Amino acid sequence: MLPLKEKDKPIVQKLLSAGCCARCVLRFCCVSVQAAYRKPPQDTLNELQAFISSTENPKTQDSASPPEDPPSKRAKLEAGPSEEDAAAAVKLKDEESRVCVVCLGILQDLCGPAQALKVSETVKAEKYEFDTLVLSVSLPAQLCVREHSCWLHVKKELREKSIAVDRDDLIQVKEAFKWIMQGLVAKELGGVAVVTRVGDRNEEEKELFNATTCSDCFKPTKNKQSVFTRMAVVKALEKIADAKFLKHYPSPPAQPTSSCIPQDVQCLHMSVFVAGRYNKFCRSLPQTPWVIDGERRMESSVEELIAAPVLSSFRSDGFNFSSSGREDVDVRTLGNGRPFAMELLNPHRSRLSRAEMKQLQETINKSSDKIRVRDLQIVTREAMSRMKEGEEEKTKSYTALIWTLKPIQREDITFIDDIKDLTLDQKTPLRVLHRRALAVRQRVIHSMNTRFLDSHHFYLGLKTQAGTYIKEFVHGDFGRTKPNLCELLRTDTDILELDVESVDVDWPPSIPE
Amino acid sequence: MDCVEQKDTEANAPSVVDRYYTRWYRADLKGKTCEDHCILQHSNRICVITLAHTHPILQDGRIIKSINYQISNGCSRLNNKVSGKSKRGGQFLTDFAPLCRITCTDETEYTIYSCIRGRLLEVNENILETPNLLLEKPSTEGYIAVILPKFEESKSITENLLSREEFESIVAKRTVDQSQPT
Ligand SMILES: [Zn+2]
Repeated sequence: MLPLKEKDKPIVQKLLSAGCCARCVLRFCCVSVQAAYRKPPQDTLNELQAFISSTENPKTQDSASPPEDPPSKRAKLEAGPSEEDAAAAVKLKDEESRVCVVCLGILQDLCGPAQALKVSETVKAEKYEFDTLVLSVSLPAQLCVREHSCWLHVKKELREKSIAVDRDDLIQVKEAFKWIMQGLVAKELGGVAVVTRVGDRNEEEKELFNATTCSDCFKPTKNKQSVFTRMAVVKALEKIADAKFLKHYPSPPAQPTSSCIPQDVQCLHMSVFVAGRYNKFCRSLPQTPWVIDGERRMESSVEELIAAPVLSSFRSDGFNFSSSGREDVDVRTLGNGRPFAMELLNPHRSRLSRAEMKQLQETINKSSDKIRVRDLQIVTREAMSRMKEGEEEKTKSYTALIWTLKPIQREDITFIDDIKDLTLDQKTPLRVLHRRALAVRQRVIHSMNTRFLDSHHFYLGLKTQAGTYIKEFVHGDFGRTKPNLCELLRTDTDILELDVESVDVDWPPSIPE
Repeated sequence: MDCVEQKDTEANAPSVVDRYYTRWYRADLKGKTCEDHCILQHSNRICVITLAHTHPILQDGRIIKSINYQISNGCSRLNNKVSGKSKRGGQFLTDFAPLCRITCTDETEYTIYSCIRGRLLEVNENILETPNLLLEKPSTEGYIAVILPKFEESKSITENLLSREEFESIVAKRTVDQSQPT
């Protein structure tokens, strides 16, 4: 039995006469029992017709429109097959094939086992690995207009009967669609997000808005092809007065000539996150692709060298790379390496065993001698944030090859070894000032050590607060970093080479070999 | 691309300025002989304005008496403030906007100009405290100001400037002219 009450009768009658499909009738009667929507639509239609004709009040017949023919209906339900019955069946078939004036067929032919199979096949073809499934549907904006028109139609009736119904209690097309389809698709599959999009059909609703004064709701935006986005239409419908709407648009909505056309099925797997540490052994390799004026400067980059094998293992569409700080193109990263993490977008494979991850790490390491990766592992999105946490407080160790203008002797530089916790005032370096705000930042060099090479060169080891600009500390950046090494040594100094020796972030956890 | 590291332990490595900046010049600014300016353009389009080594202030053992960034009653370059990545609020300068006036102890006064169009990012306050920086390190610590040209003008701003070679030939010609009796 349908969960309908006596007071719903005139509404059901009115909706069926207007050309609503059985499921849309349920929606407008606020039926929230999911099972009711999953029944075959013709069964529901039969029940609805039985419901309205079973009334003790014969008055309803007056308002019935031609398609409904309660007496023959009742005959069908009560008697066995007959000629009359066959005629009724034909008539029923006719009604079924009629496209619903509200949902434009979305809850009719586009919502059933055939469509579910189509969706499932698309997912299967992409060979995803997954556990759970989320189904969503994207509907054309014009559906909102038809829904609104139908609501005004029903509202009039409700008001006459003094029945209070909150529009929010109506079941949305989207909701009903998911109730029916989710189970059907899941039966065929197991757990990937499926997005079903249903496309536009005609232009009549756009004309409505061109004719009204809602133009402020339809401002062209940069990246949208049409101004009639779903959001804009919803907003306009909230603003428009009922009388004005009815002047430009029929209520109930007119009989459509064709149903919506399913556009495509898009599959999307949730991101998988992978983390590790990398070494960079090359002084001509940027961390990320280096593009100036639309032209590529270096043929490769750290993230590309790492990402290529990872993407192919996870059969992923793309990635977002992040790391705990970054080094310049001409700086090497030695020691245990720099923590990094990457978000893999739409991975078709998501479960790699420890051994497979180790294999993947080896593949990366064999592919290039410019970089090396360790501790490669799958992590959670939450764990990834630990890499950025307290980044400022972390320390980093460097080795720099220093050149001095004036000749030096061994003992000239030893005093540097005794300097502890030297606070620098660093203006944003000129080399990054074009993309960062101008500020003076205080950074601490915790300790330094020196190794004399010859009369113009020595190695300087530094342990610093993260975020210290080492090159600028050495050459002074036009006196914009103070104090700087030139001041300390009372001669011009320059940095010829720089290596990152360690990035002291204890994430991701190390993986023993 | 191989990755063999060449350790250049020779003392002839190019300086920081030469490695990252292109030198551009304006000679005889506003028609005043030898008042040459140097514009150091970083590959990221940021420009540092300095005195060219030929500027009269840097000749004949002159001593600086004062440096004044207050270029008119209403405008001081010291009040320039930029905020955010987009450097909002910086004074916008045209080619010949004065940046500061420098007076030497012999009472000669010179105006230093922006030389290029762009947003003023900062002026060098260190030279107010230590004017000698200007004399000792005119092309580094003694810089005058930092200017950020508009992104779309970063190429065209140098069209009106002299390249290093062009400037050097002008300077060479000057020396010849001076050595000839008039
Ligand atoms: Zn419908």
